Amino acid sequence: MSSRDYILGRVRWSLGRGAFERDSCQQLEARLNTPQSNLIPKRGQGDAKAQLSLFVKMATEVNATVSRLKALENVPKAVAKYLKEQELDATVRLADHPELQKLDWSKLDASTGFSTGDDLVGVVMAYAGAAETGSLALRSGADSPTTLNFLPDYHIVVLKAADLVGDYEAVYARLRRESNKTDFMPRTLSWVTGPSRTADIEQTLLLGAHGPRKLHILVIEDNGEAS
Amino acid sequence: MKLNAHNFKENAAKALKDEDLQASLAKLGTGFPLKRLAAAARLPEFEALRDQARDIKDHTLRHLDFYLEKFECKVQETGGHVHWARDIEDGRKIVYDICESVGAKTVTKGKSMIGEEMAINEYLEEKGLIPVETDLGEYIIQLRNEPPSHIIAPAIHLRKSHVEEAFRKTHTELPPERNLDEPEDLLKEARAMLRKKFIAADVGITGANFMIAETGSTVIVTNEGNGDLTQTLPRVHIVLCSIEKMVPNLEDCATLLRVLARSATGQEQSVYTTFSTGPKQMDDPDGPDQFHVVILDNGRSRMLGHDTHDMLRCIRCSACINHCPVYQSVGGHAYGSIYPGPMGSVLTPAIYGLEQSCDLPNASTMCGKCEEVCPVRIPIPQMLRSWREKQWEDGPVPILQRLAMSVWAFWAVRPKAYHFGAKIKMRLLGLLGRKNGHFKSLLFSKAWTKSRDFPAPEGKTFQQLWSEKGGRRS
Ligand code: SF4
Repeated sequence: MSSRDYILGRVRWSLGRGAFERDSCQQLEARLNTPQSNLIPKRGQGDAKAQLSLFVKMATEVNATVSRLKALENVPKAVAKYLKEQELDATVRLADHPELQKLDWSKLDASTGFSTGDDLVGVVMAYAGAAETGSLALRSGADSPTTLNFLPDYHIVVLKAADLVGDYEAVYARLRRESNKTDFMPRTLSWVTGPSRTADIEQTLLLGAHGPRKLHILVIEDNGEAS
Repeated sequence: MKLNAHNFKENAAKALKDEDLQASLAKLGTGFPLKRLAAAARLPEFEALRDQARDIKDHTLRHLDFYLEKFECKVQETGGHVHWARDIEDGRKIVYDICESVGAKTVTKGKSMIGEEMAINEYLEEKGLIPVETDLGEYIIQLRNEPPSHIIAPAIHLRKSHVEEAFRKTHTELPPERNLDEPEDLLKEARAMLRKKFIAADVGITGANFMIAETGSTVIVTNEGNGDLTQTLPRVHIVLCSIEKMVPNLEDCATLLRVLARSATGQEQSVYTTFSTGPKQMDDPDGPDQFHVVILDNGRSRMLGHDTHDMLRCIRCSACINHCPVYQSVGGHAYGSIYPGPMGSVLTPAIYGLEQSCDLPNASTMCGKCEEVCPVRIPIPQMLRSWREKQWEDGPVPILQRLAMSVWAFWAVRPKAYHFGAKIKMRLLGLLGRKNGHFKSLLFSKAWTKSRDFPAPEGKTFQQLWSEKGGRRS
């Protein structure tokens, strides 16, 4: 008997039944195919303004830094300013994201693509943000290499306020909505809440374990629709 | 790791005298529990979320075969492979075969309790591969060649001097005069050393906190980011998980994630929660070419529908361990199993058999704290009790203990005589112990008084005090 059949058989035997009948299968299929949210904490359910201030508060609490910008065009300038504050060279590795690529990076030494570990600073676009815990949702794709989220020491993430939602569930709903396939998940979907850390040595909290030492979030309050 | 759960009493006695260990444990006792309390207090829905978390796991376990099959189907649809392992041997072989099929030499590893259960590192080493643990705590204990002492903080028993010693011994290519006094120095060195390994590895092995039937995704929850590097940089990503890690939908996973980190470290959310689905997709600039999920049973399917069924709800948050007065006194290694503390004392006998781990169900004061803090409300004391009953029925209880229990039982069913006898005994002990307030040694109680004093009774039995107070608590 294959291990597969052995395990499934064993599960059924222990639960005291055979394989599911059609009826109960249909019920289970229905639960699986029409996902319902469970209890969602009230905390993130305010209006857009409340969500933004909650997001900033929660992200800051876990050692991320946040700048609020009026427009996407201001991103290169804000990045340059941040690098200066951090006493770094003005060199960045950009994700090949159309919204980032259309910006004027001429004042910085900017290259584009995934990282092989030699980049100190990575700049990426967030897919979404969840106010409830100040978390960023980053999805892999042609415009968003996963290596840029984990290899550089400085992780700069651009989040459009329009992509900020109250809770995780809203992001899952959006992923399903935006895909016409049943396989709507990217290879990698990461929720990022603050920069990397460890407390493995004498329970002392240290930032910058294996992932980025710093996480800087640029929130774009104007979505390019107004004015 | 090899099970060494026979020697709890000896190990515990040693642990109590280990000063380094006691210093670490003292910190643990206040650290995680206080943080958990603060995080729970901050979220008004926390208790209701725990109920839902329990119900989600219950539902999934009752229909586990259905969800396992759905998960398998979805992994295959998204280009990945599912491998079923009925036991440890099976699992190890599957992992090795995958490594061999791609000619792998080095393997990086994220933290995985299933990996510990399989002792996968030892196996791969025997086969000539070089596995490297990348979680800082796991890396440290791998260098020291010892098992983890905690399920989420594997090196919690060590002081920084131990870490320094291990690094100096291993990283011989670095200048010996370098400074490693501060935790920051140690972290910096580990980060630099492991960076090279991440990039060079052929295969990355991670665990999984959850498997999602709806999408065929596996989920890891980490703070360091090592798991993400492990599963993104190599050509092949292998996920080690066990059958009970299943949840139906992303929404169910969201609920469990809301209670996981808060219960574990008191964080609102761990730093990285990553969902992996299949290998890298067509336009992806990075990510692995192959995605394999190894689903281990190793005795779990036998637990379903039986006394320890509820234990399968466990999401390995470690809250029960952090709050356990026994764990806080003796640490993880005393249990001799990779799963220490209350959850381990239920799980280890279920996986390895009661004969192999007969001390563990008794390594509890039955204070009930574990159940109180468990995010999925597992009735741990009740299950420990059922293991004890089984022990009684099956026989591995010493003859003297049996005799004592029979004598006690004889009197216990004769309440009048029992109360009379107890009254006399309490009065006597009260009189004898009045001077010191405690006994340094006591007839028939050597095991107790060997490591602590026995407090002298006040002279009245509990029943007397209770009826004097009219049944009021204070
Ligand atoms: S038994 Fe409960 S408290 Fe203990 S590790 Fe499992 S889920 Fe956490």
